Amino acid sequence: MNEKSKTPVTLIILALTIVGLYLANRFLDAYQIRIINLSGIYVTLGLSMNLINGMTGMFSLGHAGFMAIGAYTVGILTMPVTMKEMNFFMQPIVPFLADVEWGFLPSLFAAGLISVLLGVLIGAPVLRLTDDYLAIATLGFAEIIRVVFTNTQSLTNGALGLKGIPNYTNTWWSWGVALITIWFISFLMKGTYGKAFLAIREDEVAARAMGISLFKHKVMSFAFGCFFAGVAGGLMAGLLGTIDPNMFRITLTFNILLIVVLGGLGKIGGTVVSAVIVTVMMEVLRFLDEAIDLGFVRLKGIPGMRMVVFSIILILVVIVREKGLLQRTKGRELTYAKN
Amino acid sequence: MGDISIFLQHLTNGISLGSLYALIAIGYTMVYGILRLINFAHGDIFMLGVYLTYYGVVYTALPWWIVFLLAPLLTGFVGILLEKTAYKPLRGSARITILISAIGASFLLQNLGIVIFGGRPRAFPVPQTLNHVVKLGGVSINVVTFIIPAVTILLLIGLTYFTTKTKTGLAMRALSKDYETASLMGIDINRIISITFFMGSFLAAIGGILWGSRYPQLMPLMGSMPGLKSFIAAVVGGIGNITGAVIGGFILGLGEIMLVALLPRLSGYRDAFAFILLIIILLVKPSGLMGGIREKV
Repeated sequence: MNEKSKTPVTLIILALTIVGLYLANRFLDAYQIRIINLSGIYVTLGLSMNLINGMTGMFSLGHAGFMAIGAYTVGILTMPVTMKEMNFFMQPIVPFLADVEWGFLPSLFAAGLISVLLGVLIGAPVLRLTDDYLAIATLGFAEIIRVVFTNTQSLTNGALGLKGIPNYTNTWWSWGVALITIWFISFLMKGTYGKAFLAIREDEVAARAMGISLFKHKVMSFAFGCFFAGVAGGLMAGLLGTIDPNMFRITLTFNILLIVVLGGLGKIGGTVVSAVIVTVMMEVLRFLDEAIDLGFVRLKGIPGMRMVVFSIILILVVIVREKGLLQRTKGRELTYAKN
Repeated sequence: MGDISIFLQHLTNGISLGSLYALIAIGYTMVYGILRLINFAHGDIFMLGVYLTYYGVVYTALPWWIVFLLAPLLTGFVGILLEKTAYKPLRGSARITILISAIGASFLLQNLGIVIFGGRPRAFPVPQTLNHVVKLGGVSINVVTFIIPAVTILLLIGLTYFTTKTKTGLAMRALSKDYETASLMGIDINRIISITFFMGSFLAAIGGILWGSRYPQLMPLMGSMPGLKSFIAAVVGGIGNITGAVIGGFILGLGEIMLVALLPRLSGYRDAFAFILLIIILLVKPSGLMGGIREKV
């Protein structure tokens, strides 16, 4: 398909999304709106992880950490001054942040940028590692970030977390960011950078032989991934209103990984669909964890059952698709590269 | 005097923690040596071992030492089952694929743990024999602190004998050196891999029992942190190298305890220590201290 015939499709999807969001805001209740918000955020998260893992072929498990950075940045920057005093009762907040109260947009930007800064600073040295080592190293970074945030009482309020973050996130924000992410990553993948990413994924040695700088492109892909992960973390903070370091455990990364694997490594459309499905399913399957009242009989819910189901799904998808997981995308991208 | 006795106390604590890391790290290193796979679920196998022991001691009439032997055997079979279901169908596919499956298996075990064992922490039934305090020159130390390194050393001697002197051990080393050539030489790969998983899980369960005797609080998620740290121990020592895994375990255990003991202000960062060590090692000497498998980059 060439560019011209694609534009109307894009516009139609965009228009449908806007109408859909408008209708959703009018007719759905707060709980359903919240799910829609979460879906949007998970679309951004899934795409940002897919950029690193699926499209560039690095195996990073640091997403929870980058989200934490973004969430805390937004939390601290947007929180009203009086609220800060209430939050930081154990130890006052560091002076230079005490009187800060930013709007949501600049805070989100700051969230993304700080996430990139820290992500690249700590990520650049380990990006030359291969699959498993990179996975463990990035996982380690996410853990370090969590531990540091638990201990820096005067900056992040430590284990107490932050409460009363203004609820700026609405469907327009969450899906707006999601659409921008979709657009940006599609745009990126069309250009030379995107093709370099794919080349690195397919064969590092060959890519290097073609004159592609591995380091530069890996860092770039990682940085973009961190940016969107940070922004999504910020949106999450604005949606939930309360954050603490324990939210950002590896479980969170696992959820995003599930989205990426279900949607297909390296696929944009698939990720969007699977992000929405997984988010909705996470809520729908909540009944597994809680008690069900059928009127005549009361089934006892089993906590943890939901994640058991999701883990089994993940393993099954990986086993069933086996090689297709990577190769089906390969076939598509070969035709893609011809354009 | 006081300072020295306190230091000795820290030293013994560090050695016993290090032995535990070493026992778990061996499982990682053996599996990685053969399959080039980080068995993410290994830490959860460790958790399973502790819980099986708990149920064995609390709910059956068997004497504790029989349970302490039976539970690791059972855990070993769970290890085989894990390999057959989650890893075997993916043999030969991309490493990312199998790694994802491993992460899925880890979460499955953790959440099955929550479902079956319940999320509430339980107290490990430490046998009286292991749980009394002795005084040694002003230092009061729990007996289990000595038993842990002793058991570890015994198991290590056995393992070294197994890998160097028996035919199965030879096959294991051959597979780890060159998977394809070894498989052409008529080695029954499936059997060797099963044995590897059995032994790794067995050792992890023994580590779990000792861990439970030392820190008697059981939780379904208790395996993930020790699991990750032991993997780091394996990498620090040189992955694929059993001696390296033990050395890495001791470095990690001693380092952690000493960090808390000597720099109490940093004690909150205890969990970050292992990861910082990992990253330094990966940057400075990626093949580990003892030089394990050299990765092609």
